[in-house]
Amino acid sequence: MSALSITNVTKSFGDNHILKGISLEAEAGEFIALVGPSGCGKSTLLRIVAGLEGADSGEIVAGGRDLTRLVAAERNVAMVFQSYALYPHLTASQNIAVPLAMRNLTSMQRLPMIGSLLPGQKAIRKDIMRQVTDMARSLKIDHLLDRKPGQMSGGQRQRVALARAMVRQPGLFLMDEPLSNLDANLRVHARGEIVDLHRRAGVPTLYVTHDQAEALSMADRVAVMMSGSLLQLAAPEVIYDDPAHIEVAKFVGQPRINTIASRVDADGAVTLGTWRLQPHDTLAPGSDITVAIRSEFLSIADMGTPGLPAHIERLEFLGSEVIVYTKLDAIGESMVVKLAPSDARGLVAGKPVTIVPQGERLMVFGADGARLRADLTFTTLLERAHG
Amino acid sequence: MADMTAISLPVEKSRPIVNVSERHEARVAWMLAAPAMILIVLFIVAPVVAVITLGFTDFELGYSTFKFVGFENYAELFGDRTFRQSLWNTAIYTAIVAPASILLGLGVALLIESETVGRSFFRTAYFLPVASLLVAMATVWQYLLHPTIGPVNNLLNLIGLPGPNWLGSASTVLYSLSMIGVWQTVGFNMILFLAGLTAIPRDLYSAAEIDGAKSPIDRFFLVTLPMLGPTTVFVTTISIINAVKVFETVKTLTEGGPNKASEVLLFTIYQEGFVYLRVGYASAMTVVFLAVLVVMMFAQYRLVDRKVHY
Amino acid sequence: MTNTLSFGRAFRLTLLSLGALIFLAPYIFMISTAGKAQSEIFTSSLSLIPTQFFYLENFAKAFGRVSMGQLLWNGVVVCGLIFIFQVVIAIPCAYAMAKLKFGAARLLMALVMLGLLVPIHATSLPLYVAFDSAALLNSYTALVAPFSISVFAIFLFLQFFRAMPDDLIHAARLDGMSELGIVMRVIVPNAWPAITAFAIFSVVAHWNDLYWPLIVVSNQAYATPPLGLLFFRAAEAGDDYGALMAATLIITLPLVAAFLLAQKRFVEGITMTGLKG
Repeated sequence: MSALSITNVTKSFGDNHILKGISLEAEAGEFIALVGPSGCGKSTLLRIVAGLEGADSGEIVAGGRDLTRLVAAERNVAMVFQSYALYPHLTASQNIAVPLAMRNLTSMQRLPMIGSLLPGQKAIRKDIMRQVTDMARSLKIDHLLDRKPGQMSGGQRQRVALARAMVRQPGLFLMDEPLSNLDANLRVHARGEIVDLHRRAGVPTLYVTHDQAEALSMADRVAVMMSGSLLQLAAPEVIYDDPAHIEVAKFVGQPRINTIASRVDADGAVTLGTWRLQPHDTLAPGSDITVAIRSEFLSIADMGTPGLPAHIERLEFLGSEVIVYTKLDAIGESMVVKLAPSDARGLVAGKPVTIVPQGERLMVFGADGARLRADLTFTTLLERAHG
Repeated sequence: MADMTAISLPVEKSRPIVNVSERHEARVAWMLAAPAMILIVLFIVAPVVAVITLGFTDFELGYSTFKFVGFENYAELFGDRTFRQSLWNTAIYTAIVAPASILLGLGVALLIESETVGRSFFRTAYFLPVASLLVAMATVWQYLLHPTIGPVNNLLNLIGLPGPNWLGSASTVLYSLSMIGVWQTVGFNMILFLAGLTAIPRDLYSAAEIDGAKSPIDRFFLVTLPMLGPTTVFVTTISIINAVKVFETVKTLTEGGPNKASEVLLFTIYQEGFVYLRVGYASAMTVVFLAVLVVMMFAQYRLVDRKVHY
Repeated sequence: MTNTLSFGRAFRLTLLSLGALIFLAPYIFMISTAGKAQSEIFTSSLSLIPTQFFYLENFAKAFGRVSMGQLLWNGVVVCGLIFIFQVVIAIPCAYAMAKLKFGAARLLMALVMLGLLVPIHATSLPLYVAFDSAALLNSYTALVAPFSISVFAIFLFLQFFRAMPDDLIHAARLDGMSELGIVMRVIVPNAWPAITAFAIFSVVAHWNDLYWPLIVVSNQAYATPPLGLLFFRAAEAGDDYGALMAATLIITLPLVAAFLLAQKRFVEGITMTGLKG
């Protein structure tokens, strides 16, 4: 049985279908990143799992409990917000204590002044304080406990928000872009910390981000969402190397994957400008396809080598690699090539070259964007069509 | 700014250009601020100094001479039955109007905020008295509360209750005026509370729900009330100060009567100063009035600094 | 969740509606009574629609006893002049305090904070004595002059200007504008939200003010609307509530109409001036 299963969740506002039937399963202790461009529905899905919003249909089961009809407070989920949503009038320790106080104290005992006079609450409060201090120590924020959020830096606030989420030992951990308000340096550092915390807590986690690099580097599995649909849910390397949909291929990876629109010829081969690619399997003749290849699987050879003739337009030196922007002579499409600096020596803008793709890395997508597995049998042999 | 000039002093001789442009900036600033400065001195500072000074004199309008009498006016104030009555009435009026209009303002704001239907209608309805001429609306209230032909008493008679002489009897007049005061200020407080409510980030309510605040009451005490802290302090100060300044309704409806039962601070000052023309004595009263305002404002600054600031 | 909500909502709506009815009742009765004949007012005050429409007669009486047009005109002139002076004097001062360095800034700030504490009621005695000795009572000058300076306006604009980026002013200076040019062509066009907010605050305050006009004006020719209504009531012996309600209706209408037409601006204005004051 999976730790979390989301089944066929839909949500719409009027004619606007935010979620078009999302299903997703998470194993115990798994870290799943929900990634996609803004407006794809990932945050709505998270808020539905949290119980902050209701789904139109579908169900959510976690740890064997059906959460669908429970309010947020009863779901035992924790959430870290993009804005951190710390209570500005409470100190860090009071903030962290809120979920414990809500669970362990009665509403009478929580009342200011009067509450502290009621019997039995003293031991509970002491226990809460102990848990808060332990939590703070493990996140190295014990020196901040008496400060209010207004007196903390962004990074410190983020840790307090994490502490508040983790202190109650939730059954499910939800994070809504928790790093996007941090500056770039801190963000990379915080990625590692969150993964580390997740491993220690062992709680299934849904992590929403619009940053594909964050998703790939942190998650056990990545769920790519586009306009209300889940396109692919797989391990990061599968998402990157073996995308199931052209949108997934385009969304993931920097620089963006190279794509060339084409049509299958009558004999089942594919023509790219003056070049023909011969797949072993047959593609339906006459159908529209898109051929895609990542920039690191292209190399640049001298003019005259078998390959795709092109001109260099611009070079970007990035230190460990060089990005070469080219334009194919035959069809005018742009191709981006990523090279090691040593391979880029002697390249200048305007130079005519030949681009050589690694044939087994070519991918073919159908008109609907879905991956056509025909590419697996592409021959590496590229033969000249004319002359 | 002070330490900047201190640092730039030794550099001045070697870099005179900076000095010139700074001096030019200061000169322009003076020119821009001068009219305001002169008028503040003319219409605020000088009159305040004058009123404090006059409070120590026996100046009366129409007499050309006056002499300083020390604290005689203040001594007279303590023994003045009318003034003591007036202070007491103002205190009672404030003690009713301020809390009632704050609580009602907050209540109405919360109800409107959580309602989706008719928001702007309700906002308009409750705010209308704030935008209306108080003297005019006081006249309407006088008709509504008329002991024999007024709709309020006619309504009470319908259900068999005897209607009091709202504005005409010493035992009810202050409460009737308070009621009109509450009616007039609830809308103002409501608008301020509504602004305070919309400024609360939605995420905090989400966080509260996740943290286990199940009922709206839990969330009210965890998020709404503390987040309204600064607004509440401000609304409280404004409400108290405005209640202490009650004048229009008294002047229009009761002239302090019957039998001084609705004599309030500003009305007494007005009578002494501008009807009996005892300027010196009225100035002493004004100083007391000003002292009350200063204490209120000071209390607000302290409270804002200490408790609700984050 | 939805079940408890619908009960709560019904309760909430009932409460809000009842409250709204009480708050609107004076207006309803004002409009109703303004159209009733004297005899009807005395017999049936609870029926809202007059049996005979007496509106024309009552309005004629209202216009006949006191020159309503003059009152409203005085109100417009006084409020307009006060507002213009306040803005013209406060904006340059607030700009200097917010964006220029000069020695007196701190003293000026102290004066402004002091000024916020002092209402007209506290300064009226010496001001009255001064206007009396200058023989300026019963004049527009007496009605307008004390309010030509508004420390609250300075305070409000100061807050607003401080939030404006310094780069905007630096750019204007590099473009060759003088400081006064910057105020007129850069600051003012960007300060409209604050100016409208303050306009609402100022007009509401001075249109409604009774205290100061009561002190300096005894001649009906200079009466502002609230004072005029007081004169009208004094002239009106007995209980001619029909004419009285007609007069209150006329005098209340301009500001209420302005509020109903520009409600959003009003609420914004009150919120802005209220929260920052």
